[in-house]
Formats: sequence, structure tokens, C-alpha cells
Amino acid sequence: MYMREALAVVLVVVAFGARAATPADTPHLGKAISAEDLAEWNIDILPSGKGLPPGSGDAAEGKKIYRTKCVGCHGLNGEGGLGPPLIGNHPIRGIDEGTIVLAGYLPFSSTLFDEIRRAMPWQSPRSLTNDEVYALCAFILSGNGLIPKDKVLNASNLAEVRMPNRHGFIVRFPKLTPRFDAP
Amino acid sequence: MGMREELQKKAVSRLVPVAGNGLLHRREFLNRALTFATAATASSLVPTRASAEALTEPKWSLVNGGPIPPYQTPSKYASNVVRTLANPYNLPKVSQSRTPLHLLEGTFTPNGVHFTIVHAGIPDIDPAQHRFVIHGLVRQALEWRVEDLLRYPLVSRLAFIECGGNSAPMFSPTPIQANVQALHGLVSCAEWTGVPLSILLEETGIDPRAKWFIAEGADAPHLARSVPLWKAHDDAFIALYQNGEPLMPGNGYPMRLVLPGFEGNMQVKYLRRIKLVDEPMMSYYEAQVYTEPLPNGKAYQFYFINEVKSFITYPSYGFKLPFPGLYQISGLAYSGYGRIRRVEISADGGKSWAKAALDGVPRSKAFTRFRIPWHWNGGPAILQSKAVDEFGNEQPTRARFVAQRGELATVPSLMAFPNHHFNAVMSWGISPKGEIANVYA
Repeated sequence: MYMREALAVVLVVVAFGARAATPADTPHLGKAISAEDLAEWNIDILPSGKGLPPGSGDAAEGKKIYRTKCVGCHGLNGEGGLGPPLIGNHPIRGIDEGTIVLAGYLPFSSTLFDEIRRAMPWQSPRSLTNDEVYALCAFILSGNGLIPKDKVLNASNLAEVRMPNRHGFIVRFPKLTPRFDAP
Repeated sequence: MGMREELQKKAVSRLVPVAGNGLLHRREFLNRALTFATAATASSLVPTRASAEALTEPKWSLVNGGPIPPYQTPSKYASNVVRTLANPYNLPKVSQSRTPLHLLEGTFTPNGVHFTIVHAGIPDIDPAQHRFVIHGLVRQALEWRVEDLLRYPLVSRLAFIECGGNSAPMFSPTPIQANVQALHGLVSCAEWTGVPLSILLEETGIDPRAKWFIAEGADAPHLARSVPLWKAHDDAFIALYQNGEPLMPGNGYPMRLVLPGFEGNMQVKYLRRIKLVDEPMMSYYEAQVYTEPLPNGKAYQFYFINEVKSFITYPSYGFKLPFPGLYQISGLAYSGYGRIRRVEISADGGKSWAKAALDGVPRSKAFTRFRIPWHWNGGPAILQSKAVDEFGNEQPTRARFVAQRGELATVPSLMAFPNHHFNAVMSWGISPKGEIANVYA
């Protein structure tokens, strides 16, 4: 296993060396774009919390939003349906966990915010305000007992929520995977 | 007995098996005296076929034919060569379509039947309004339009694309009786044409702190994955064409990321944004959907590479061998690491093996078609294929694979794929009646 990884890395280096172009070789048709003009698309949230926008929300507000915008796919109480279950945390028991409860499985809370903001609700993605996304995160995390019921989540504390499956993952190809220092 | 049959019997009597249960040397293909039984034209040496009838003019030879359509589609008589759909009514959930690999030949997947998975429907993107940006840990963030990218030096290459969840039904505790399309149809192979990502990164410059890049689509899920930056320097490119024509809407029109050999979901379709970063973003698709739960309660993450794999497409479940005789075993092999070096076939459940012939020169990270002649004596047989790539990676036996990755407790839905990256040796059992079953051997 390590041998083939090492070989693949060697090939990468060889290919890069052979193909490296100098800037003068390329057509230079890209137009410069400012951080301001990129802002609407620059939505990824990293595990460290980098990218979290201003705003805040708690579970009580989150429950109201959930009941109007999320129940259709995720069930009245987050038990899942067409969409994955969100509430009902339990430990991972083996490979039959096809519909593992999201909060019980994700290593980082940042993923919850990122995915809700970029893709939910299914029928109208990007329609939630940042406050609403924080509130939904609080509803899901408190429903799973991972934060107190009255906790207000915001940009400075969301990434600090420790997820129960934080150390549940094994990097499949360590030599092909750049090291990352997760918070 | 006619002269043709006599000649064939003589030819068979000269054949020397190279492995147990009737496997013949791969070069026996070149023996023109042999007639192979195939899916389309079953013929055999025994029993002798009835003599042919007198020829007559068929009706289509007596009238003028139809007009030429601007874009041709297959004959109505080939209307069974289509994808199977997991979500035909576009309910609010993932949609999958599987490629009919058991009805195709060669190594190129026609665009109309290339497998497609979309997580919230196929977006309707106007290429004139599509924008693509690279930013993050770069010297200068840049934006390109489709028309800009078409002015760059384009490259073409073959590449298979395989969903990480392809062959997931093989995790079932008992073999699911289903055809190649249902079991293994989430893989296809095409010639992709586009702009190497490394060229665009030359123009943006790269901050030395960058170790990963995030790729994001313009579809409703805004699907995003983290990719190690070395792949951009290696062979990643932004594809605009698929088998010579603009990308199909289900495969990423107007542009997609192609990461040869990597898990399909990472090869982001409808690509609109690449951001260089120093840590992976842990998107939903890399922190949940495409992780691989293990028997010990942990899970694999960042299973980038689709490892060496092969399966026999003929004979396979759904076909029937009409009578004992000579057949051509055929199938597909590929490896996300590089080229296929060899494929071995067994007709006795892995007790003995013979080398298959490979069509043409195997291409890196692309389908390789293998074939071998087989004389079925009418008794039970178990057909297996085992591929080895240029780095010596070999498909594991099912026993070895399952010991590490586990087996499900209950039979899963054919349409679901909670488990991924199955690449163990697969087996087709042949009964004395010529019926074919998925078996664990």
C-alpha cells in the first residue's frame, strides 16, 4: 500500500517537472476580480470557523424556521425522511450506518453551517439569512445535546462546538493527503 | 455434419486449455476457424445448427428509407441500450442513472448513456452567462468565461469516471441477483477535452501556504469538495468537451473538473469556483456522504483514488448460455493509479488463472477491454476476473476485502450506496442449464 502511494508521488513530481509552464506561455485571458466582487460566492466555511459571517441565532428561533422550511424532508422532529436524519444522536456501530445522524457523524460543526447555507432548503438554496442558518445549527446541535438549549451561536463560538465523532476518521491515503491541522 | 462444423470440431480438438474448466489461450482469437457464441449471435459447435434457408429481399430493401435527423439517436431496435433511473420523477433527493455496460462494447461510453448522478436535478446553465473564478491563496484572483477558456491550448485524454458508491450492492451479506448495469453501472469512460488547471494556476500564481483547493459547482447544492493541490500540478483539468462534443448537461455542461482516477463526486460538475486553501473544508460530501464506515466504528475519509478493479460483462447475470461450446469472455478493467498491466481470468472459482488479451494499448486511468476464449463443457463454472495495474496493485479477493471493510448485516437497496470503493474480485456462477448468477466465491 505504501509502495504504490510512494510511486504515485514520484510520478506526480516527474509530471509536474515536465509540464511546468512559464507565465509567458499562457494566454492570460483571466480578468482580475476583487474580494468584494467575489463575496457573494465566497461561502465556504473551514473547520477552524474561517469564513463564518456575522450573525447569530438560538434553538428556539431555529425550531420555528425548521417547522416551516425543513420538516418536509427531514421529518417533524428531525428524524429524517427524503433527507437524512438530523436529530437522534447515537454512536456509530459499524458499516450498516447508511443514514447516520448528521450531527453524530460529522467531525466538525462548521460543516453544518456550510451545508445549510449553500444547499438548503432544498427547494430554495441560498434563501436563508445568516441569522437563520445560525439558528438552525443551534436547533440541530441542541437537539442532539451538543450545546445547551439557550446557547446563542455566532461566528466566534460555532466552530468551538466539539462534535462527538471528531476522532472517528482515518485518512485513507496518508501519503497522498496534505497534512491538515484541524482545530 | 457439414464441412464448416467438421472444420470447427477439428479446430477445437487442437485447442489446448491454459487453465481449468475450459479457458483457452488468449491468442486463439486469431484462429479464424473458430466461431464464437456471443450475446448477439449465439452459435456453437455442438449440436450442429440446422441448415440456412433461401435468401429473400427484406421489406426495408424495397423502399426508400427515412430522413437524416440533425442529431442521430440509436436505432429503435437498440432502444434497450439505455440508462436505468433511480429517481425518474425528480423527487427532492439524489438522482442516479446507471450505464448499460453489459450491452456496450469497446472502451468509450457513448455520451447519451454516460452515468450521471446529480444531487438536486440537472441545472440549465446558459454558457454565455456562466462565470468561473480561481481565488483564495493566489497572487491574483481571476475570472474566465467559457469563450476565454476555449482560446487556451486544449488537451484531450481518456479517463474513466466512477462514483465512489459504484458496486455498493456487493457489500450485501448474500449476493444480490442483478445485472452488471445495476451492480457496476456507476462508472463510464470518455475522451475529455479541456484546459489543464496547472496553466490557469500559472496565471493566478500560488501562495506557498496553499495545500488544497476547493472546487464548487453552479448547481443548486453548490456541491463542493476539497482536492489536494498536487493533483492540479499532476493531471487535473477543466473539461469542456466529452467524446468530441460539448459536455452533456448531466455530466457538467458547460464545464467540469476532471481528476483522472479520483472518486467521481470530487470531479465537480458545473464548475464555477476554485479556491486555494491551507486546510480541507470538510464539506458535507467529504465529511459524511463519501466517507466509508468500517467494522470497528471508525470511517475512512479522503478515499480519493478508485483502486484497481475489473468485472466480466459477458457472460453475466441476465444472459443465458444456450448450449455448451465456445464463448468469448469479455469485460472491463481500470485503475485510478494508472495503466492496467494484465487481467487474469478463472473459470473454476479462482483455482487456476489464465491471462486475458487486452484490446489495444492500455491507457492510464481509462477503461481497458479484456477478452479470452472459453470452451464451456456444460458443467458448473465460476468465472472471475482479476486486474493488476502498472504499479503492481492487484484486485483483492472478496474474502480479503471483506475482512478489512466488512459486510452489511442486511441486504441493501440496489439504489442506495451507503458504502463505497468496492473493488474486490467478482464472480459469475454458471449452472449446467447455462443460467448465470452473482455468487460469492
